[in-house]
Amino acid sequence: MHMINILIAPILIPLLTGTILLLIPKKITAQRTISIIAGIVLIAVNIFLVLDVYQNGIRTLELGGWTPPFGIVLVGDMLALLLVTTTSVLSLPVLLYSFRSIGREREKFYYYSFYYFLITGVSGAFITGDIFNLFVFFEVMLIASYILIVHGGTKVQLRESFKYVLVNVISSALFVGAVAYLYAVTGTLNMAHLSERIGSLDETVPILTVIAVMFLIVFGLKGALFPLYFWLPGSYAAPPPAIAAIFGALLTKVGIYSLFRTYSLIFVNDTAFTHTLLGILAGITMIAGVIGAIAHQDVFKILVYNVIVAVGYVLFGVSVLNDSGFNGAIFYLIHDMIIKAALFLLVGTLVFVAGTSKLKKMGGIIKYYPALGWMFFVAVMSLVGVPPLSGFIGKLLLIQGGANAGDYWLVATMMISSLLVLYSMIRIFLNGFFGKPTLERPDQFSTAKGLLWPSALLIALSVLVGLGAELLYPLVDIAATTLLQPEIYIEAVLKE
Amino acid sequence: MEIVMSIVAGVLFMAGTYLVLSKNMIRIIVGTSVISHGAHLLLLTMAGLKTGAPPLLGLEASNYTDPLPQALILTAIVISFGVTSFFLVLGYRAYKVTGTDDTDGLRGPDAHD
Repeated sequence: MHMINILIAPILIPLLTGTILLLIPKKITAQRTISIIAGIVLIAVNIFLVLDVYQNGIRTLELGGWTPPFGIVLVGDMLALLLVTTTSVLSLPVLLYSFRSIGREREKFYYYSFYYFLITGVSGAFITGDIFNLFVFFEVMLIASYILIVHGGTKVQLRESFKYVLVNVISSALFVGAVAYLYAVTGTLNMAHLSERIGSLDETVPILTVIAVMFLIVFGLKGALFPLYFWLPGSYAAPPPAIAAIFGALLTKVGIYSLFRTYSLIFVNDTAFTHTLLGILAGITMIAGVIGAIAHQDVFKILVYNVIVAVGYVLFGVSVLNDSGFNGAIFYLIHDMIIKAALFLLVGTLVFVAGTSKLKKMGGIIKYYPALGWMFFVAVMSLVGVPPLSGFIGKLLLIQGGANAGDYWLVATMMISSLLVLYSMIRIFLNGFFGKPTLERPDQFSTAKGLLWPSALLIALSVLVGLGAELLYPLVDIAATTLLQPEIYIEAVLKE
Repeated sequence: MEIVMSIVAGVLFMAGTYLVLSKNMIRIIVGTSVISHGAHLLLLTMAGLKTGAPPLLGLEASNYTDPLPQALILTAIVISFGVTSFFLVLGYRAYKVTGTDDTDGLRGPDAHD
């Protein structure tokens, strides 16, 4: 194997792992061992790729030896590789949490296979350099997610997965339609080639603006942007916490990444319209999400609405089209993937020990589970963006980017919604962990112990990202520079 | 010819949308299938329906039809086939568990209650 082929490893390793796990459904110990080993190898390969791109620039892989734009090309630029690495790093603790929480019955029915197929789809969507191949990887990810969301087959899961599948089937059909229009106008599907053809136009072409808005609808449906987020609260609260964690951390982020990619690389023909629209929708998404987070009394629902708020923050960074905005959006995206996984696991543990997800029925849990309580507190502080933790630098850069672009209303909206996010989450902390003790089942002491380690790993990671922002900044800056200057990307892919 | 096909694709999208908005699970699933047909037809139409030989080099024609959209549609068809079969089984299972094929009947208290 030539070194040049290593770029396919983030797709190939989970794909092979998932396939091997299909062969041994009943041997749970073997399944767990193989999935752990594969997870560690995946992290090592991804970190190697990030360092390689940091030293040598964008790495591309022409599949089958066909030169782009004629073949499918995989493009490992810094943004894609940072996100693939974050995906693999956070998927390992969630896997450990699954061992403890998912139950034998689910484990025997190909749970780990579909877990790895989901990661295959996510990694592929991040790395691909072809718009139709992006559609295919979306489908790989979605089909694995359909199965994970209904896995176990409880009544609530069946109901929510019916809605979830319906929404995603329709958005996939729209995706095919949007690709059809784009192919009719430009005659190519390779992202770099599309960028070159559209970038060379001198005047704005109205049909391209229409296609850009179509892609906004498609990726907005996948990424839960206002007014297309209606499916998310029910769907993400239905499956068990380990599955909800991987959904909350990864699925919407692929939609956001695709918007990030298309709106920085391809649709730069009429930014006055498209990016203003994106900014307005991002602003309303922040407000709508935070209203939902405050309104609900169910701890899962509160958290799920916070996923929507984060979508608004990142897309606000995309809409401003400047260096600080892009840096902030990338920082916040990485931070949010990690912290949402951690929070879903912590809230899952909280519901497990409290025996209810209703905020009004729980209280005083910190007396029995101090570690859980303080870990939740640190995670909330990180989510909101208290300085030493990972959420701070992203938000600071987003505010700076917004101010540089003159979007003061959006900056104000973002700061107010951050405050309300703090309120919505600290309500869980004060009400659930303090207050009148209602715990009647202290027998679950020992069983909850193993559930805390994976969340501790994720919170440690979030603290490291916050403290090591100085080290991470050069990498993020390279990613943002590549996005702001599509020439770098085009040159790396088409080699002109 | 493209205009006629665009209208046909539009009618398919319209019929699919109407079916998806109904209450009956099977109608919804048939609706998603019809929408997929519309999207595939749109893909074929948008690439141009100019006359030419089928894309087989053995035919030695002077010009061929565009092979790329045909490959894209083939991919999209198998994906939508897989998803539709999953969707049908999901609908069947939901019908077995809830005892109704009316989507309003799927409402109910959450498992977390």
